Amino acid sequence: MIKPRSWLPTPVLSILLLLVWLLLVRSVAFGQIVLGSALAVAIPLATYRFWDAEPRIGRPLKLLRFALRVLKDIVIANFEVAYLISNPWRKLRPHFIEYPLMLEERFTITLLASTISLTPGTVSANLRMDGKSLLIHALDVDDEEALIEQIRKRYEQPLKEIYEC
Amino acid sequence: MAWIVEALASLLLIAGGVFLFIGSLGMAHLKDFYMRLHGPTKATTLGIGFMLVASMLYFWGYEGSPDIQEILITLFLFITAPVSAHLLAKTGLHLQLRRIDVTEGKPVELRPEEVGERPVPHPDKGHG
Repeated sequence: MIKPRSWLPTPVLSILLLLVWLLLVRSVAFGQIVLGSALAVAIPLATYRFWDAEPRIGRPLKLLRFALRVLKDIVIANFEVAYLISNPWRKLRPHFIEYPLMLEERFTITLLASTISLTPGTVSANLRMDGKSLLIHALDVDDEEALIEQIRKRYEQPLKEIYEC
Repeated sequence: MAWIVEALASLLLIAGGVFLFIGSLGMAHLKDFYMRLHGPTKATTLGIGFMLVASMLYFWGYEGSPDIQEILITLFLFITAPVSAHLLAKTGLHLQLRRIDVTEGKPVELRPEEVGERPVPHPDKGHG
């Protein structure tokens, strides 16, 4: 939880809210900016109790590269899953995998879990209460170790570098 | 020029439709709950994505100004889809839904504190 130390507990969130508001109304008129700013101040004040400490982005450029890679993976993942689903002769080998987490912050774990859910044949199913491991359900796996290694290299390492260094 | 934009947009719409259909097909014919979950989280995301790109392209071609609201829709979709999938999977585990026999991996059991039968210390270190 963030301490309500000021009227602007989460500056980055406020800026994001203002931006999203302006995009939603598709205008940068003065009135909209005022209204958006009011919302950007009011919403964090009303919800800061639910937020963890605001994450600090160590390397914004890396974050951008990570986002692009995830986007690319999502497209590929979709083709793979579509193929798996629509091929009736293929025997699927579903798999539950307990993935040991390296990340420690809850925000980054959330990001990783979401990424896993969006990419190749995997859905994150359960995070252990102690935050040490993540249960993943995979649609079709032949090598469990390889999948863990791949997630670690492609997603977890970059996330750790971006947020937790 | 206009017909190129139109053709591209229609192609994208068809691609989107195909992906949505396959996603729904997966929901209908895969064997167990956890596998069915894969359809809507992925195939559907890309299906909607294609349709939004088509819409963006079409209105860009016709009104001349690029529209970014579709990107916002995609963004919200990417934020919400994994969360709902995660919650559904977790519920499935909680209810101990049956999975098909070929499922490999350690048997999944929720520990008592994860189903609320034992209180847990707050996991948050530092900022409590």
